Amino acid sequence: MSALRIFVPGDAGALAVGADDVAAAIAKAAATAGVSVDIVRNGSRGLYWLEPLVEVELPTGRVAFGPVSVEDVPSLIAAGLFEGRGERLFLGRTDEIPFLKAQTRFTFARCGIIDPASLADYRAHGGGVGLMRAAALPPAEIVAMVAASGLRGRGGAGFPTGIKWKTVLEAAGARKFVVANADEGDSGTFADRMLMEGDPFSVIEGMAIAGLAVGATRGYLYIRSEYPHAIARMKAAIATAGAAGWLGPDCAGTGRAFDIEVRVGAGAYVCGEETALLESIEGERGEVRAKPPLPAHKGLFGAPTAVNNLVTLASVPFVLSEGPEAYAAVGFGRSRGTMPIQLAGNIRYSGLFEAAFGVTLGELVKTVGGGTLTGRPIRAVQVGGPLGAYFPPALFDTPFDYESFAARDGLIGHGGVVVFDDTVEMAGMARFAMEFCAHESCGKCTPCRIGSTRGVELLDAMIAGREVVKNAALLEDLCDIMKFGSLCALGGFTPYPVMSALRHYPGDFGLAPAATAEKEIATWA
Amino acid sequence: MQDQAGRVAAIVERFRGVEGAALPILHAVQEALGYVPAESVPMIAAALNRSRAEIHGIVTFYHDFRDKPAGRHLVRVCRAEACKSMGSDQVAQGFEQALGIRLGETSPDGAVTLEPVYCLGLCATAPNAMVDGKLSGRLDGTKAAHLAAGLQP
Ligand SMILES: Cc1cc2nc3c(=O)[nH]c(=O)nc-3n(C[C@H](O)[C@H](O)[C@H](O)COP(=O)(O)O)c2cc1C
Ligand code: SF4
Ligand code: FES
Repeated sequence: MSALRIFVPGDAGALAVGADDVAAAIAKAAATAGVSVDIVRNGSRGLYWLEPLVEVELPTGRVAFGPVSVEDVPSLIAAGLFEGRGERLFLGRTDEIPFLKAQTRFTFARCGIIDPASLADYRAHGGGVGLMRAAALPPAEIVAMVAASGLRGRGGAGFPTGIKWKTVLEAAGARKFVVANADEGDSGTFADRMLMEGDPFSVIEGMAIAGLAVGATRGYLYIRSEYPHAIARMKAAIATAGAAGWLGPDCAGTGRAFDIEVRVGAGAYVCGEETALLESIEGERGEVRAKPPLPAHKGLFGAPTAVNNLVTLASVPFVLSEGPEAYAAVGFGRSRGTMPIQLAGNIRYSGLFEAAFGVTLGELVKTVGGGTLTGRPIRAVQVGGPLGAYFPPALFDTPFDYESFAARDGLIGHGGVVVFDDTVEMAGMARFAMEFCAHESCGKCTPCRIGSTRGVELLDAMIAGREVVKNAALLEDLCDIMKFGSLCALGGFTPYPVMSALRHYPGDFGLAPAATAEKEIATWA
Repeated sequence: MQDQAGRVAAIVERFRGVEGAALPILHAVQEALGYVPAESVPMIAAALNRSRAEIHGIVTFYHDFRDKPAGRHLVRVCRAEACKSMGSDQVAQGFEQALGIRLGETSPDGAVTLEPVYCLGLCATAPNAMVDGKLSGRLDGTKAAHLAAGLQP
């Protein structure tokens, strides 16, 4: 009989809550009991409130236990873990867990299921089909398929990927590049990290398809330094893919070259901005470039370059293998396909929820997310990272899509949703937004570099109760100047969290409460 | 210093021919020496055919690079929004009180550096910290103090 397969995630989020110790305890107990086990360090399924989530493979499918601590291991084994039975912490069939069952997993279809170290496992779960299909197509047809899917960039701006690739394909250049942006600096986001750790070959496949589509011979994968596990996993996977002929001088048997090099960031948030990122790869200070020229015309080392978010690229294999219609079939308005939404912060069911665009914010945080972890009423939800607006419960009917959030002075960004309960002090959060901007500003434009520091001072004065009405007016003016006078979205969008906090929670700033947010809380609590 | 110079020279040599090698070199130097010594800047500048001022400008732009060694232990506490929503203020205080230093400081005996980090990508198990490269989630002030107490001087 072959060994019993037991899955204990090696994902950083699972490691942070003790997955290594759990894996070791299970291995030891199995040895003592004389049970032959094969412990697979998979990625995370994205059900983080249940991490470490231990799964046991039965002939009928996988069953789950969680959250498992090292102290739980003996009792779980006594209750039948090796036979896939249990009571306490037993969750039944993993696929039937409602949080997972309610999702539409296109991009994260394999994450948490396969062994991320195994290319064979990746292929056994449908991986590689997209690349093989792309290898048989002329570049313009690959681009046309991506355009037809309606895929828009998942890094924040939502720019149509097909149009970007067409521009790079048609640009003249002795060489061209693909750059995968895995700088993922937004608080509340971890989709890039999960994919790199849990399904690294999908990233490689997406980048290789992009390379064939735009005629690039080299790809750079820029990963933030805060992600050491993802860096190690991607480097190993790139070596494996190279040995298998997916990369190298004859990419996927096309006779065309494509290689990938990992570059590691150095703790600068602004390097997630695409032109700052290119500067960083070139070995410069991560200062934002003025556009034009667009990176698609004149990007890395002056060559035409397709810069895409990592999730964007990892969504492409599905488009090639299942067809653009299958991707575009779900979605909302001009936002086609699925979005990996990341539910984070003070939320009961925290994790990754991949769903078609259009689900409302209220459904996400209440129905899917189960409200706050502390059990207190939700007071504010920040969507889209540190440059995203704070939404009060009064706006929970906003559908999750690019246009709907923009219409309400917000953004979906990279899909991060951070929940705060009623103990949050919103003036302090507004101050943090300005402080973060000051800390991370690349220094190129005055409204961002100086304005953010002035913003911190104004908010300090307001928090201390000094001339709040006058200072609120000054803050609003300052935000206007930052919004319209900044070269990039760091300075340009920091006003979103600041102004949304001021508008929806004026009482927190010592102003007369407006007839907005506060009274709605009761109806949602 | 002679040894340091030798190691920097070897690193620079390793990246010869790599396009845009500044960050990979600086990371490698910091990994080998624990920081980027001012003395290494002219060597890196020469190898990359850049001015010292330019390399200095690059080193100082990026928050990761240090101009002096960190403490023997490195504690990084996440201070970004998702961790704040779950009480990272108390976690930071827990570390500060147990270690007797403030965020951004190194203890006088050089044992510990305590610094902020802006998101570790673990926002669904907040609040988080990284202690000597090991991740810890679902922290509170007490657990932070416990982690701090576990550090050997
Ligand atoms: C301050 C700032 C930070 C950004 N950070 C990221 C990031 O971490 N990851 C990312 O993919 N895009 C980030 N972006 C957006 C990129 O500039 C760019 O739009 C994106 O990488 C393009 O890829 P996409 O079309 O696939 O979304 C950032 C933008 C700004 C202004
Ligand atoms: S807005 Fe700020 S980060 Fe963006 S280019 Fe200007 S100074 Fe740099
Ligand atoms: S905000 Fe702390 S890990 Fe993301």
